[in-house]
Amino acid sequence: MNEPDAYALEEALRLRERHGGEVVVCCAGPARVQQVIREALARGADRAIHVQDDRLAAADAFMTADALAAAMGDEKFDLVLTGLQSDDLGQAQTGVILAERLGSPHSTIIMEVQAEGDALRVKRELEGGWFQWITMPLPAVLTIQSGINQLRYATLKGIMAAKKKEIRTVAMPPDLQPTQQIVSLAVPTRAKTTHMIEGSAGEAAKDLVRLLREEARVL
Amino acid sequence: MILVIAEQRDGRLNRASWEAVAAAQAMAGPLPVKVAVLGSAVASIASEIAGAQVAEVFAAEDPALSLYTPDGYAIAVRAVVDATTPTFVLMPHTYQTRDCAPSIAARLRKALITDVTGISGTGADATFTRPMFQGKLAAQVKPLGEPPFFVTLQIGAFRADAVQKGGHAPITPVPVHLDAAQVRQKPEPPFQEAKQAVDLGQAERIVAVGRGIKSQENIAIAEKLAKAMGAELAASRPICDNGWLPMERQIGSSGQTVAPKLYLALGISGAIQHLVGMKGARTIVAINKDADAPIFEVADYGLVGDLFEIVPAMLAELEKA
Repeated sequence: MNEPDAYALEEALRLRERHGGEVVVCCAGPARVQQVIREALARGADRAIHVQDDRLAAADAFMTADALAAAMGDEKFDLVLTGLQSDDLGQAQTGVILAERLGSPHSTIIMEVQAEGDALRVKRELEGGWFQWITMPLPAVLTIQSGINQLRYATLKGIMAAKKKEIRTVAMPPDLQPTQQIVSLAVPTRAKTTHMIEGSAGEAAKDLVRLLREEARVL
Repeated sequence: MILVIAEQRDGRLNRASWEAVAAAQAMAGPLPVKVAVLGSAVASIASEIAGAQVAEVFAAEDPALSLYTPDGYAIAVRAVVDATTPTFVLMPHTYQTRDCAPSIAARLRKALITDVTGISGTGADATFTRPMFQGKLAAQVKPLGEPPFFVTLQIGAFRADAVQKGGHAPITPVPVHLDAAQVRQKPEPPFQEAKQAVDLGQAERIVAVGRGIKSQENIAIAEKLAKAMGAELAASRPICDNGWLPMERQIGSSGQTVAPKLYLALGISGAIQHLVGMKGARTIVAINKDADAPIFEVADYGLVGDLFEIVPAMLAELEKA
């Protein structure tokens, strides 16, 4: 499970504990993502929707969001939580595009969620240690920042219970097309030459202190 | 035409906007570069930008744009894009852009390439480099479909001081027609959680710890090393999220940005969000047990090994002098 998505799931479980209701896990991906869905169910989600298609393994944010929106449309969720970005592509787009497709307001990089009646008050992280509270009507979509809460892990009881929970598999809409193409992949070129210091811990530490004193002159 | 969306708050442009102008000038080829400024009163900023080598500056003003909201900015940026028909729209990859750019791209159904670190080729043939797997790989990406193509630029990836100045661009107002009822988010004024008691920006030397430190008890050894080196202690985000060090000691996009003489990273893998906060340091040392950790990409000196062996050995060596 993507790290920010794990925090989004945890926040959903905490909201359910405070307000009641149901937590549904939605995931768009090939068959193998069922493992992640099972993990989410074991942590406490009530049921799951899986948009299954092999093409989703290499999907951009538009395809993922469109696939999710199509599967989620009839559910009329009050609140949709996503991680702020994925650990692989890291595009930081899917949650916001999903909000557009669902016709809901959104806010991103959220560090606290307060739900009261039909309104939502959220603490959004800005840069450099600044924050801002934002109020918006429900239904809404939020992208959750890592560290918003303390994660729980699946218990044995949770893992057993997950086996009986419903996973509804949905087909991807047939006409989805990517909006960008990865032409090539490479290991990033180094911005500077790094002097790698070899040897045992003792030798390397000694060399480093000498280089910082005599070569870099920063000690 | 390449359109740059400049970002301002309280009448001041941020540095990342100049980086975006520099990137636009570098990739332009035959395409003219134009810049749009959005807000409730942008005249002075518009004339500041008009002094760069750009073809035109657009001023999109509306009272509803005084405090940023994703709905307000999505509508306003779209109004400018519709009125000016650019090939590329460049924006700095700030938290604000991350909040509104996907909305704009989604409403127009146009490609959005985010967190770009490099541009190859010029004009309409440009391709874009962006990180994948948290910086472990770099992907070359091309937009598909019809323009405009939206591109966001990683902070610090382009040099603000490379902006070509000496221009006298005309400033054109662009009407936005923003109905306040279209803005669903009601923002409150920004605030800082705690007074920043520690100004890491002034520190000459910084020892920063990451997940590799493993437990709160182990912070003590990093603290010892910092003291021996005359350094301030800092941390990557997960350490502060765990409460092992206060938030005010966090380095990175959500914390402080620093450029000390010496930055020693202990057990920090080097996620992009951390790197943007410290890669301006003059000398960077990385100590990490994973030889593939992205922190080594920016390091001047690298040690692959166990910090719990290396740090005591460094302390012993520092005491000798």
